[in-house]
Amino acid sequence: MSLKANEKNSIESGTFSLTDVVSIADISRKEIEIVLNKAKNLEEMDKKEKSKILENRVVASLFFEPSTRTRLSFETAIQNLGGRVIGFADPGVSSFKKGETLSDTIKMIERYADIIVMRHFIEGAARRAAEISQVPIINGGDGANQHPTQTLLDLYTIKKEFGKIDGITIGLLGDLKYGRTVHSLAYALAKFNDAKIYCISPEQLKMPKEIIEDIKGKVKVIETDDLNKVLPELDVLYATRIQKERFADEKDYNKVKNAFILDAGILKKTKKQFRIMHPLPRVNEIKTELDLTPAALYFEQAANGVPVREALLAMLLGKKKVI
Amino acid sequence: MSEKKIHISPIKNGTAIDHLPVGTSLKILEAINVNDATCTAAMNVESKKMGRKDILFIEGKELNETEMDKIRILGKNGTMNIIKDSKISKKESIDYPNEAKGILTCANEKCITNKEGLITKFSLKKNPLSAKCFYCEKSMDKKEIMNSIKKG
Repeated sequence: MSLKANEKNSIESGTFSLTDVVSIADISRKEIEIVLNKAKNLEEMDKKEKSKILENRVVASLFFEPSTRTRLSFETAIQNLGGRVIGFADPGVSSFKKGETLSDTIKMIERYADIIVMRHFIEGAARRAAEISQVPIINGGDGANQHPTQTLLDLYTIKKEFGKIDGITIGLLGDLKYGRTVHSLAYALAKFNDAKIYCISPEQLKMPKEIIEDIKGKVKVIETDDLNKVLPELDVLYATRIQKERFADEKDYNKVKNAFILDAGILKKTKKQFRIMHPLPRVNEIKTELDLTPAALYFEQAANGVPVREALLAMLLGKKKVI
Repeated sequence: MSEKKIHISPIKNGTAIDHLPVGTSLKILEAINVNDATCTAAMNVESKKMGRKDILFIEGKELNETEMDKIRILGKNGTMNIIKDSKISKKESIDYPNEAKGILTCANEKCITNKEGLITKFSLKKNPLSAKCFYCEKSMDKKEIMNSIKKG
């Protein structure tokens, strides 16, 4: 579905005022729409033309924690836009290992790069970096806290598939207690109109009460442990991995690890346009037999990380004064 | 003991805090830097308004904003009188502040404020009281807030 003419004009003329991308809480609906539209434009843009956007620009990619999709999609985005990358994918090779604080690392790297993309295991690291950096910071994940570019690519995937985000009915499945992607997505959907969220999880992994309280009233939220009952109503089922490392006792993990395993049988109960999303990596929660069905949207979702991250890089450059 | 029978010498310069919840006066003294100030606390005193209350006098010290904010968190519904030359120069009904800077320790051990010794910043919500960390975005409830007030 295309945007209405007046909505399109309002988005195109809208200003993107963010100087950093740290948390989905900082980004308005209008700004989200601007990013998604810019990502769409970049997907359709001539490759040569696109490769001039970050010409002569240096992007620092600082990964203090391992990452596959986020780091590689950022680095692909930088290459596609013609930028150069400096940085590390393993903190073992940085001064971090010698005891350097994040604050000092950022104060140094901002003098080398035009923009910094970072992932850190310390929660609040990106906010601290944004506070002291003269160049824009993009948060590629800070511990269990925020991963805003994942949320933006999730929203882009929904928009691309359904033509809209308003009115979407989505099931968030699995580890809703610790999963940062589902927390951020729930907050983001609360910025849109008439979204309906089913929180589907075992009792031990329910969505935190404070999040339910925060979004209640802005979006319809229903908690359940019965996937089969809600399946026919869903447009999207957003599955997540149950993270073994979050459990102090392995027995507790074993009780819930197979709580929800999606197989091709579920498609008998779903709408024709039903889609499955997953932030990946998966373990056993989605059987590979679903991969070749039209419902499988998770690999395309991962691919959508590139245009969304291209859009953010392009839009943030020049937003802060480079020393 | 009735309210009228309490004998505390009036202060000339300092802060008088009345109508404090019972047990709060010692917590306030722990939370602020009293240095050479003379402090007098009346604890578990009968009160018509509250049943029981604490009263605290801090003589010879001007409280800074950080210390006042600590009192605003600990002594909700109390009354804070700033005394100058034996006269009340400012009277404040104590209520939670909207923000808390450098007052609380984040309960999240993984928060950068605990790793790099940063000055903490929290936004506070009332009814029920909660404090959200500016950095790690984790919220603390009332009990966690009361346990995380930095010592003076």
